[in-house]
Amino acid sequence: MTTKFTPDHEYIRVEGSTGIVGITPYAQEALGDIVFVELPAVGKVLKKGDEAAVVESVKAASEIYAPVSGTVTEVNQELSGNPGLINADPEATGWIYKIAIADAGEIDGLLDDAAYADLTK
Amino acid sequence: MAETSADNLKTTPLYERHVAANGRMVPFGGYSLPVQYPSGIMTEHKWTREQAGLFDVSHMGPSFLTLSNPSGDAEADHAAVAALIEPLICGDIAGLKPGNIRYTLLLNDQGGTIDDLMVGRSPLFGGALYIVVNAGTKEGDFVLIEAAAGDKAKLMRADADNALLALQGPEAVNVIAQIAPGAVELSFMQYAPFEWGGERLIISRAGYTGEDGFEILVSAANAPKLWDALLADDRVKPIGLGARDSLRLEAGLPLYGHDLNETISPTEADLGFAVSNRRREAADFPGASRILAEREGKLSRIRVGLIVEGAPAREGAEILDAAGAAIGFVTSGGFAPSLGKAIALGFVPPAHATHGTKLQVSVRGRAQPAEVVPTPFVPHRYFRKPKAS
Repeated sequence: MTTKFTPDHEYIRVEGSTGIVGITPYAQEALGDIVFVELPAVGKVLKKGDEAAVVESVKAASEIYAPVSGTVTEVNQELSGNPGLINADPEATGWIYKIAIADAGEIDGLLDDAAYADLTK
Repeated sequence: MAETSADNLKTTPLYERHVAANGRMVPFGGYSLPVQYPSGIMTEHKWTREQAGLFDVSHMGPSFLTLSNPSGDAEADHAAVAALIEPLICGDIAGLKPGNIRYTLLLNDQGGTIDDLMVGRSPLFGGALYIVVNAGTKEGDFVLIEAAAGDKAKLMRADADNALLALQGPEAVNVIAQIAPGAVELSFMQYAPFEWGGERLIISRAGYTGEDGFEILVSAANAPKLWDALLADDRVKPIGLGARDSLRLEAGLPLYGHDLNETISPTEADLGFAVSNRRREAADFPGASRILAEREGKLSRIRVGLIVEGAPAREGAEILDAAGAAIGFVTSGGFAPSLGKAIALGFVPPAHATHGTKLQVSVRGRAQPAEVVPTPFVPHRYFRKPKAS
């Protein structure tokens, strides 16, 4: 199991051919209290870089982009009633959606732990 | 990140305090100010509604307009200074009692709003007004006021050498009692000078949250000491600009540059109360012909409050009627922490402005239900002393 990151502060945790996507602790801290999450439709086909979801803080809306191309297989319905999960636990219960990865090669192009840590230090 | 380099930004006398408290500093109105502290906007917002929030609003434009050659007759001198400012605004300043403040609007000749501001009559001297204008508009406002004053009165800016603090919330009165006991006697929209540790404070009972509270003008030198003294009280926490915006939005109060601008009239902004009766009857304010015609029904748009279902509708979002036709725009919108839902202010034709009207807002290309509701969204809790009768 590997976790990779985008420069836009999304993470993707790769489990076989599925990726679990959310935003990093750094991103949730920067956004502040999340009050609303717009989830993608299950079955939606995304290209790498497409807008996949929107998280809204008290002040602003922020787009969440697809780190890789693929098809949305599941969304975190818990976030509809409890968007604050993204603040409280962004890497576990605050995940946003799961994607069937179309091209495993795209994973290699993302940032690893060290590169992402470098970006946010 | 914002493109503004920190070097171009002015700082307030409390800048070091904000940085020390880990405030997230952002550019606002030409100043570097905290949008929030580590506790976050939601917590800060709720704290202000339940306890007392302390805000640095030193970016605003406090000033004093004083007659150059007062006669010594307080009533005549007040009438003289009021006559200088009234041609710029729609409020009755001549009729203000000593120590009273009026919310009014600076208007252009087309009846559009140049700024919204507070004008107070000195509780001590005839011929002196305390004027507080907005940060983003203050340079232009002061030019207009100085031109109107000519050589008859002098405008003394108080924004550079002072800090302006706002203490807001239900506990504010109990906190201010420790600093300036006499201030608890003020009624909403009154002000007076007080002494604190040998230093003069100008305290007004006003604010921008809908709560009871005070605004305190203090010298730059003493501002950090006063900030610390207020925060030493457990009931007080520092609050950033983010919660200031969500609090004023819940209170239904317009934000200049968003819900008010040079094309929007007081009637359109639903601020008809700010056009004083005497001025209306005399029709002697800028843009009177337009504004009076609007009052008679010739009105194409009016500001309304909306409760929005689903995602917050932000500034610029289109407002649609029930059938989906575009009828207006949101001018301020966001999440209301006290209500747990999205609210907005926007402009629609009067035919769609009745409370209870079902409308829609377009968010990211999707129509969401919205309903016209009365404002304030959260009731005001101003303190008004019962009138002696």
